Amino acid sequence: MNAPVTSNTNAPVTSTNAPRKLTTSAMIASIAEEGQRTARAPFGHALARIAEERPEIVGLSADLAKYTDMHIFREAHPGRFFQMGMAEQSMLGAAAGLAEVGLVPFASTYSVFATRRAYDFLCLDIAEPGLNVNVVGALPGLTTGYGPSHQATEDLAILRGMPGLTIVDPADSVDIEQAVPALAAAPGPTYLRLLRGAVPTVLDEYDYRFELGRAAELRTGRDVLFISTGLMTTRALTAAKELAADHIDAAVLHVPTIKPLDSETILRETAKGRLVVTLENHTVIGGLAESVASCLAYAGAGVRIVPIGLPDAFLAAGALPTLHDRYGLSVSAIKSRVQQEL
Amino acid sequence: MSSSTDSTLTPSPTAQRISALHDAAYRIRRHALDMGEVQGQGYIGQALGVADILAVAYKDVLNYRPEEPDWAERDRFLLSIGHYAIALYAALAEAGILDVEELSTYGSDDSRLPMSGMASYTPGMEISGGSLGHGLGVAAGMALGLRHQGSRARVYNLLSDGELDEGSTWEAALACAHHGLDNVTALVDVNALQADGPTTGVLRTEPVTDKWEAFGWHAVRVDGNDIGALLTSFDAVRAHRGSPSVLVCDTRIGRGVPLLETREKAHFMRVEEHEWQLARDQLAENHRDRKESHA
Repeated sequence: MNAPVTSNTNAPVTSTNAPRKLTTSAMIASIAEEGQRTARAPFGHALARIAEERPEIVGLSADLAKYTDMHIFREAHPGRFFQMGMAEQSMLGAAAGLAEVGLVPFASTYSVFATRRAYDFLCLDIAEPGLNVNVVGALPGLTTGYGPSHQATEDLAILRGMPGLTIVDPADSVDIEQAVPALAAAPGPTYLRLLRGAVPTVLDEYDYRFELGRAAELRTGRDVLFISTGLMTTRALTAAKELAADHIDAAVLHVPTIKPLDSETILRETAKGRLVVTLENHTVIGGLAESVASCLAYAGAGVRIVPIGLPDAFLAAGALPTLHDRYGLSVSAIKSRVQQEL
Repeated sequence: MSSSTDSTLTPSPTAQRISALHDAAYRIRRHALDMGEVQGQGYIGQALGVADILAVAYKDVLNYRPEEPDWAERDRFLLSIGHYAIALYAALAEAGILDVEELSTYGSDDSRLPMSGMASYTPGMEISGGSLGHGLGVAAGMALGLRHQGSRARVYNLLSDGELDEGSTWEAALACAHHGLDNVTALVDVNALQADGPTTGVLRTEPVTDKWEAFGWHAVRVDGNDIGALLTSFDAVRAHRGSPSVLVCDTRIGRGVPLLETREKAHFMRVEEHEWQLARDQLAENHRDRKESHA
């Protein structure tokens, strides 16, 4: 046989069926579910607000202020915003320099550029001296349809090994609003996985407060324990509600801080005999699933976990809902995975 | 008292200044040789080459308090090139920030003076260099921050010509120029030698001065082993306003010790055990000759 064999799972799928309405990819796609309440640019507003009280807070961006909600801060505090151009290495180096003279920088770009491109600068200029620099990465995981150049599917895996770096993956606008002042107050370096634009507002319906380094039980349940982070927490909450209709009782433990991990809470909650399912907007390599797995293994807890996350692959371009469904991040995909595992 | 016109009897203030700096540069070189001997090898060639720049910087240019290395109003001197730490430790001893006695611990276990400079180890070491192409970006941030805070402190960054290979150096060069950071001075040590050989063969960086000018910098090329010329150049860039400045300093590896100056150029120079004393003797002789020729 002469035809080349290809195993490229990313290639567009051509359909022979009747024409259907096309969905299109977009750089900035909303992650909100239908009918969900949202808040505009929660990061930018939270930063501008905390900066009123803390004059040492400054902002930087690498030609992406408008796309990382940093423009809200820039408009509120123009003298405290520094445009560094499309130069992420220089931006993180400069953020370190600003922190060295006593300022508290928040530096924003896309996650792919902050982690893949500027790693050495985040590592040596910021993390090694333990500076209070807050790196803000937009489009974490699969939150853009632009393909691998913009999809930071492995940012947690890249960064978890960096000593001293606090990593936060907020669930919604409430989480972001509360995380920003906490990150500014934390003495060391942080990385925030940014949800930008119209961000779902969900956690105000729960008895929840963001605490750096702490996991929070948002919902109790006897059959299943969802351990989730980032936007997957809102999906886990919806899936848990819908599973109740099938008489499946699912708890949701939200883990906004990936590092340092709240091992104590995870060990306690996983010891109750429920099916443990981790959910993350990230590859299953090196993110929440493996953080939880190592936490359990190191403690000698023989608990099986079901990892819901992105595959270990470069993902396709396309419309976000299509991709979330294809890669198993949608609510329906979560529900069927749970039903299959129970 | 009227000023004397007989300069052979009473040296002019400038001549006195230069003479004192020659002595400081001699001591920096001498300290570096002593430290190199402890390790039996090291970046001694670079240290000897850059000693005059460091002498002028620490004895004439920088504003700092030896007893208070973290003084907020100090000028910052960022050593991008971490492997030049041997030279900077010698200069910090000359500046009174380190004790001369401590220099003998260079590169030893538990020493505050590691082979590659680290900020958390050594008073007066502003950044952890070593991964090249970082210093100028951090300098840009410090300079932005200091200006924002209304500080008059200046930021100096010593980088190497090899470091011009790194794209991040040029990102930072753009940023300094874009933001009009005239409180930044880059010092480029052009010794024309990199780890894999002469810069001309590794990755051509000339014309260096033209490149900086094209990036919007006020660029001055100077003989980095001519203390008088360095003084004039430092004074000139300090007075410059509106854009960052760079001193492109041509230096000679092994400067001041003929047996090392003429040795085959090596990034990591091997010196035999018996050669260290010979090197010190040659350095002392060279220093005497240099002083006499400037008297």
